[in-house]
Amino acid sequence: MGKSIVITSGKGGVGKTTTTANIGMALAILGRSVVLIDADIGLRNLDVVMGLENRIVYDLVDVVEDRCRLDQALIKDKRYRNLMLLPAAQTRDKTAVNQEQITKLVEGLRDEFDYVLIDSPAGIEQGFKNAIAGAQEAVIVTTPEVSAVRDADRIIGMLEAEGLNDPNVIINRIRKDMVKRGDMMDIDDMIEILAIGLLGIVPDDEDIIVSTNKGEPIVLNNKSRTGEAFRNIARRIEGEEIPLDNNGREKFVQKIKRMIGIS
Amino acid sequence: MTPFWRRSKETAKERLRLILIHDRIELSPGKMEELKDDLREVFKKHLNVKTEDFDISVSRKKDSMALEADIPLRDSR
Repeated sequence: MGKSIVITSGKGGVGKTTTTANIGMALAILGRSVVLIDADIGLRNLDVVMGLENRIVYDLVDVVEDRCRLDQALIKDKRYRNLMLLPAAQTRDKTAVNQEQITKLVEGLRDEFDYVLIDSPAGIEQGFKNAIAGAQEAVIVTTPEVSAVRDADRIIGMLEAEGLNDPNVIINRIRKDMVKRGDMMDIDDMIEILAIGLLGIVPDDEDIIVSTNKGEPIVLNNKSRTGEAFRNIARRIEGEEIPLDNNGREKFVQKIKRMIGIS
Repeated sequence: MTPFWRRSKETAKERLRLILIHDRIELSPGKMEELKDDLREVFKKHLNVKTEDFDISVSRKKDSMALEADIPLRDSR
C-alpha cells in the first residue's frame, strides 16, 4: 500500500499547488509511482502548473459520479510515465463530492501507487475537509508572513482534530536578504512559534513564475537551487536524512559525502 | 545594521504570538477585555480590590495555556 499525503495551508496563494507539483515530480524522478489529486474543485490549477491542461478529458467529479472509469480520468505525465494527475472539475464546486467518496478514491489509488498527493484548496470549509479525508499524513505550506503563519497554526489544530497528527511544514518563499537584515522571520522563529517538524525550506525565486509560464515544474531544472530544495523535500519524504542549511539546500559537506558514498 | 528592536521581524513575532494565543483559546482581545471587566466587578463585590491595577493575561505553559489573574488587594490596616 502506498502513502497518502495532503498538501494544505489555510491561507491561499502560499504555493500549495506549486509545492504539490514539484514534490510529485521529484518523487517520480526518484522512481516512485505517484498520483497527484487536484482537490480544488471549481478552481483547478494543478494541471496548468504541470503543463497537462490540454490532455484533460474526464475529472475527479466524473469518477466519483461514475461517468468514467478511474483510469480514463488519470492523465499520464509526458516526461515521467510513473507520474499521473487526477484533475479537479472546473465547472462544479466543492459540494460536488463528499469525504466518503474521496476517502474511497484515495484508498483505491494507494493500492496502485507509492504516493498519493492531494492538493488541498485554501480555506477551512468543505473543500479542505474533503481534501484531508483520505490522507494519512499532512504537509503544511506557509510563508514567513504573520497572516500565513497564523493560518498554518489554525490548520494544525484542525488537522489534529481530524486525527492527522504531527504534520510537517514547508516554509516557502524565504528571502535570505530580508532574513539577514531582520525584516523577515527566520526558520527558527517560525518553528518555535508553530512547534511542528520542518520538512523543508524553499527560497523565493522568480524562476518559479517562469516554470509555471511553461508548465514545467522547477525540479526538472537540475541547475535550479529551488528545484534542489524540492528534490531534498522529496528525499526527506522517502525517509532520507538531509540536514538543512539556511537556503533549504543540502549542506555542501553532506553533499560531497553522499556523492562519494560515505554518508 | 538595524538594531534588533527596530527590525520588523521582532514586531511580526510579537504580534504573531499574541494573535496565536487569542486564536488558540478562541477569545478575541475585545472579548478578553469584557471578561476582565466582568471579573473585576465580581471580585469587587466580595473583596476590596485595587481595581485600577487588576489585570488578567494568558500565558503559554509547556503544553497548555493558562489564564493568569493579578488581583491586588487594598490593605485596610
